[in-house]
Amino acid sequence: MTVGGAAVLELREVHRTHGAGVAAVHALRGVSLTVQPGELVAVMGPSGSGKSTLLALAGGLDRPTGGEVLVEGAALGGLGRRELARLRRRRIGYVFQDLNLLGSLTAAENVALPLELDGTGVRQARRLALAALAEVELTGLGDRFPDQLSGGQQQRVAIARALVGERRLVLADEPTGALDSQAGEAVLHLLRRRVDAGAAGVLVTHEARHAGWADRVIFLRDGVLVDSTAPLAGVEQLLTGSER
Amino acid sequence: MSIRHGLLALLERGQMYGYQLRAAFEESTGATWPLNIGQVYTTLSRLERDGLVRPLPESEAGQRPYEITDAGRADLALWFATPISRTDRPRDELAIKLALALTTPGVDVRAVVQTQRSATMRALQELTRLKYASDKPEDLPWRLVLDAMVFQAEAEIRWLDHCETSLVRYRPAPLRPPAPDSGDAGVVVDRPGREAHR
Repeated sequence: MTVGGAAVLELREVHRTHGAGVAAVHALRGVSLTVQPGELVAVMGPSGSGKSTLLALAGGLDRPTGGEVLVEGAALGGLGRRELARLRRRRIGYVFQDLNLLGSLTAAENVALPLELDGTGVRQARRLALAALAEVELTGLGDRFPDQLSGGQQQRVAIARALVGERRLVLADEPTGALDSQAGEAVLHLLRRRVDAGAAGVLVTHEARHAGWADRVIFLRDGVLVDSTAPLAGVEQLLTGSER
Repeated sequence: MSIRHGLLALLERGQMYGYQLRAAFEESTGATWPLNIGQVYTTLSRLERDGLVRPLPESEAGQRPYEITDAGRADLALWFATPISRTDRPRDELAIKLALALTTPGVDVRAVVQTQRSATMRALQELTRLKYASDKPEDLPWRLVLDAMVFQAEAEIRWLDHCETSLVRYRPAPLRPPAPDSGDAGVVVDRPGREAHR
């Protein structure tokens, strides 16, 4: 398999159809997307436009019915179940709206869990987990249980879990959930920082303010990529309002 | 906001001359509102005429500082205490443009929406980038100015999304020329609606 540049994530003409015949639902229709290291791409679009399907395919949680998904140059379709699971645990981090923190484990244990599942020793996993918690500014809270943390702190634990170890691809689906604007902003700040440090990120959101944190914003409608933006070059023009 | 009240607020901190006022104004608005020195002096002379500031003797360097008067302080306090009326703000050119696009033959309204949304989204990305770069505590006034622009851009994008959804269901009423007794049925313009369904 040839590696297409240094892209962390590549979708090539990806299709995803649920069902068949007249009942077929085309969730994605020929979407191509490349995400480089250090790049955060936001995906916007109305409900049912295929945003979450795109994220599930990018993370190897679902398989396309057409086209190819590559993570760090490896075509996911060519991987066996075990290899795919290993890639998902080691290289891909997920942050979902529904945090999926285990209530019976402490914050540090929640973060360490994917590493331990992957064979990392308990002590080493805890060390990495505490480092990841420090990165999301939760130093000293590692031994608290989720219900002893605020909503914003819980979301940061979920982010630490997504960032722990050597994750190169971070996938976030409405990661700010029901957080207030300050806590939500803190979450995006963390995501941005990790991407700036060299990861690739994909952020699904319906809030333009959150998409503003991305380097590029793509718009999906009815499973088709209809538009894509990059930031403007001239900040001055924007600030002085000489445009529009 | 008027430049007038901006300058009064700055003079409330202490006496300043024109160039100092200009620099302080730009600093406190994060350069979102650049002023030229001519505007500063024109405004100062109007404030002086109205008794809200008074000129002080020129310095040796030939700069004439101004100070705020009691009437100026009262005016400033009133300004801070009064909410800005929505009718004082400029009309929304975008809303008018879209309304006209809907009723102008041959305009692809959906493309107008899409183009605007991309442009506003780009602006939002740039504003967010500036915010991200201004994270020191002393950047707070500037960050709040940026936040205001971020929320306005966000509101515009939400409104554009709303327009797009509304367009899906839009069936334009046939437009007729203004002539009251025109029997010419050939002048039915429904193209905007048709474009909207592509």
